[in-house]
Amino acid sequence: MSHEIEEPHGAAEYPPGEEEGSVGQRLLGYGVGLGLAILLTATSFFVISTDIFWLPSIPVAIIVLAIAQMGVHVVFFLHITTGADNTNNVMALAFGILIVLLVVGGSLWIMANLDHNMVPMDQLMQMQR
Amino acid sequence: MTAATLAHDELYQKRIRTGFGFWLFILSDMVIFSCLFAAHAVLATRTAGGPSGAELFDLTNVAFETAFLLASSFTCGLASIAAAERNRFWFQIAMAVTCVLGLAFLALEIREFAGMIERGAGPTRSAFLSSFYALVGCHGVHVFAGILWLLTMMAQVQAKGFRPDIQRRNLCFALFWHALDIIWVAIFSIVYLLGVAL
Amino acid sequence: MFGKLSWAAIPLDQPLPMIASAIVALAILAVLAWVVVRGHFPYLWNEWITSVDHKRIGIMYILLAMVMLLRGFSDAIMMRLQQAIAYNAPGFLPPEHFNQVFSAHGTIMIFFVAMPFMIGLMNFVVPLQLGVRDVAFPTLNSVGFWLTATGALLINLSLVVGEFARTGWLPYPPLSELPYSPDVGVDYYLWGLQISGIGTVLSGINLVTTVLKMRASGMTYLRMPMFCWTTLATNLLIIAAFPILTATLAMLILDRYLGFHFFTNDAGGNMMMFMNLIWAWGHPEVYILVLPAFGIYSEVISTFSRKPLFGYRSMVAATMSICLLSFMVWLHHFFTMGAGADVNAIFGIATMIIAVPTGVKIFNWLFTMYGGRIQFTAPLLWSLGFMVTFIIGGMTGVLLAVPPVDFVLHNSLFLVAHFHNVIIGGVLFGAFAGYMYWFPKAFGFKLHDGLGKAAFWFWIVGFYVAFMPLYAAGLLGATRRMQHYEVAEWRPWLVIAAVGAGIILIGIILQIAQLVVSIRQREKLRDTSGDPWDGRSLEWATPSPPPSFNFAVLPQVTGEDAFWTQKAQAREEGSAKGGVRYEPIEMPLNSPTGFVCAFFATIIGFAMIWHIWWMAIVGLIGAFATFVVFAWRDHEGYVIPADEVARAVGAAR
Repeated sequence: MSHEIEEPHGAAEYPPGEEEGSVGQRLLGYGVGLGLAILLTATSFFVISTDIFWLPSIPVAIIVLAIAQMGVHVVFFLHITTGADNTNNVMALAFGILIVLLVVGGSLWIMANLDHNMVPMDQLMQMQR
Repeated sequence: MTAATLAHDELYQKRIRTGFGFWLFILSDMVIFSCLFAAHAVLATRTAGGPSGAELFDLTNVAFETAFLLASSFTCGLASIAAAERNRFWFQIAMAVTCVLGLAFLALEIREFAGMIERGAGPTRSAFLSSFYALVGCHGVHVFAGILWLLTMMAQVQAKGFRPDIQRRNLCFALFWHALDIIWVAIFSIVYLLGVAL
Repeated sequence: MFGKLSWAAIPLDQPLPMIASAIVALAILAVLAWVVVRGHFPYLWNEWITSVDHKRIGIMYILLAMVMLLRGFSDAIMMRLQQAIAYNAPGFLPPEHFNQVFSAHGTIMIFFVAMPFMIGLMNFVVPLQLGVRDVAFPTLNSVGFWLTATGALLINLSLVVGEFARTGWLPYPPLSELPYSPDVGVDYYLWGLQISGIGTVLSGINLVTTVLKMRASGMTYLRMPMFCWTTLATNLLIIAAFPILTATLAMLILDRYLGFHFFTNDAGGNMMMFMNLIWAWGHPEVYILVLPAFGIYSEVISTFSRKPLFGYRSMVAATMSICLLSFMVWLHHFFTMGAGADVNAIFGIATMIIAVPTGVKIFNWLFTMYGGRIQFTAPLLWSLGFMVTFIIGGMTGVLLAVPPVDFVLHNSLFLVAHFHNVIIGGVLFGAFAGYMYWFPKAFGFKLHDGLGKAAFWFWIVGFYVAFMPLYAAGLLGATRRMQHYEVAEWRPWLVIAAVGAGIILIGIILQIAQLVVSIRQREKLRDTSGDPWDGRSLEWATPSPPPSFNFAVLPQVTGEDAFWTQKAQAREEGSAKGGVRYEPIEMPLNSPTGFVCAFFATIIGFAMIWHIWWMAIVGLIGAFATFVVFAWRDHEGYVIPADEVARAVGAAR
């Protein structure tokens, strides 16, 4: 940690993005994060570029790899962990993820339903004329 | 507690609050992007007789963009370490490299957009393309704003050193820059890779 | 050079907007003249415009809301008059104008009356209740307020330069797209709301961080006043929901400005997606409006029943579950848009479920009053009026939540009656209750209670006379937003509704009278104790008005109803106020950043609306420069020496 801003006694919180440890440890953290991210990225590109995977599994694989990589970023670059010092940060993230899932998932479900039930736009415009 | 410890306490509390507040801002930004993603998912097949993703996207270019942005996240992390150690030299170097990598990313993206527009695949061609340009473009605008911020932070550190308020801003900048890479992961996976495969 | 702007933008041929603008311009000039001539400008600039004090910012928010209430209500009077007259007749408002009136009415009431009123009250009260000196980010608070004011300015500017949107308060495509709304009206709406939306999100971030990270020593989450819990839930919703509005309006902007095809009729656009996304914001928005009001009622009812709030933990649970559930019901705003029965059913059921936690709250308020020693002050009257009115409105909501019923009643006057029922009965009554309850804290003297009660009675009677007939008319088939109609059965109801609007007008006049009279009689109404209602929470532990630093010594909290406990202990121990050691206090410096930033935001907004591209770029550069200048300052705060602290606290008591 920097010399001027030290943890006072009983500080049980970190701001997001903060972490402890020596310079070497922190460098290693970023390095491992970078390595894992490169690995996951390369795997994603590989999955798309070959024919060896069963087609319906590809979207699932890509999404799983993406989520994993986002997790790598969150843990290794943003230093958001499940420690007691990070509770508020994790709760906020969980709330955000929940909202995103509700809005995106809900929207996709609703729009698909509308699509299924409604006349296509071009046809509808034709009917107006 | 001594007055000095109280002052440190107060500064540390400020750092926690600032970081948390900015984290909330980033989450709100993520909601904006998720709306654009939702729109893209809904409009993905509405190509209005025009070109689709598979016909347009150059995955090699995307790979380079990804590499540049990911590397810039790493160098941004190095800058954070340098800031924590109050090492002005390495901070400026790491930030400068981050800047160059970010600009390289933007250059590739602008070139990609220009190329597509030239081939008649601009945002006005179809709803699919509108949603593509809006989503990827929104991310690009954020990267551009981030670069402006980056340069401002370099200037601040140069002029005033590692004051507590400047350190708080460095913390926020780092959060922002890493968040942009997180969003890019979603973009290259869902827009480009799945756009080509499906 | 000036884009689409020309002298033709001023509607010289339309008497109503010209007269209205002239009146407003004269009023503004008169106020400005008074300020300048009396030499008040330095005071205004130093103490209010550049203030980063949450109390001052809160008061300015509420002032903005009250002024906008007058504008929004004028629109309401015009609509009621038009509909009372326009049976088999054209009325006095031509359609192009009537459409702007109802669009402006809704936009102003929601975004520039209800939201600022609630945000203002939260800003003023929450740091005091939490026992801290200010919100987490004071300068950001100022930026948020002034950006909201910019939005209000732009919307009102449309009255005299150009026109406003004709699309209703939510600009559904394809009507809001360029082919069908080629004029600047929709653009005024879009840019005004985008800019004020940024302000709102900043407020949201500020208040969540304040509640979660800054509380008096000993104040655990479950010892916070209920108003702080509802503030937390509201601002979490703001952070989660407002970005959806930003994104959706941005997509519409891209469609209108750059020819994108998100919601257009052609090239694959999907206009239903607009409805879906905008209501994914729109439903949480109404909970953003009403949750602070629920918090206000908890405070007012427990104070004037002289009892602790009944069922505190269940209230917390109910509040947080409303927060979550509000994101699961949004489709009920477009049951008729063509989703299948399964989707409609699920959202219909979810909508009914969300009524349950609100029911829990109502019972808790009733049980709080039961067995208490009730003082029927004006704030309590507003709360009682709320309970009756909101229950009716809520029940009509559950009625509408049944999809087959909604197929008949969607977009009828029944719907209009329902949402006014819950917003006026819930949000506005809460705002008035909070205004009267906390006014003595803000200004050091009470509001005249008699006039307050009179205002309440005219408001509540007026409300029922104005809106109950709309339920009837809606059930008889009357559609909303009618500029004229030919159905005889609707007419009596619409005439009665117009009378109701007149009764409400008297209520508003009485509120203005209350303020004027109270200021005139302020010495008689003065409160020197800081605790005029024998309150229960920490804001009453400060002088009225509180000094800039709120508390000379930060309080230590040992239980719920922190101040009530303190008073009880003081009575037992018979403690003297002596022996308090005052320390110097560091406070944040005032800053013109908020005002200057908003100035540039106004330039950007106006420029984008009228397609004056060079002006927009100038504005953007200016806004960026403002932030850099702010970042470059060397001093963040100033120190108030200990003796000045002592004097500020002693002098007021």
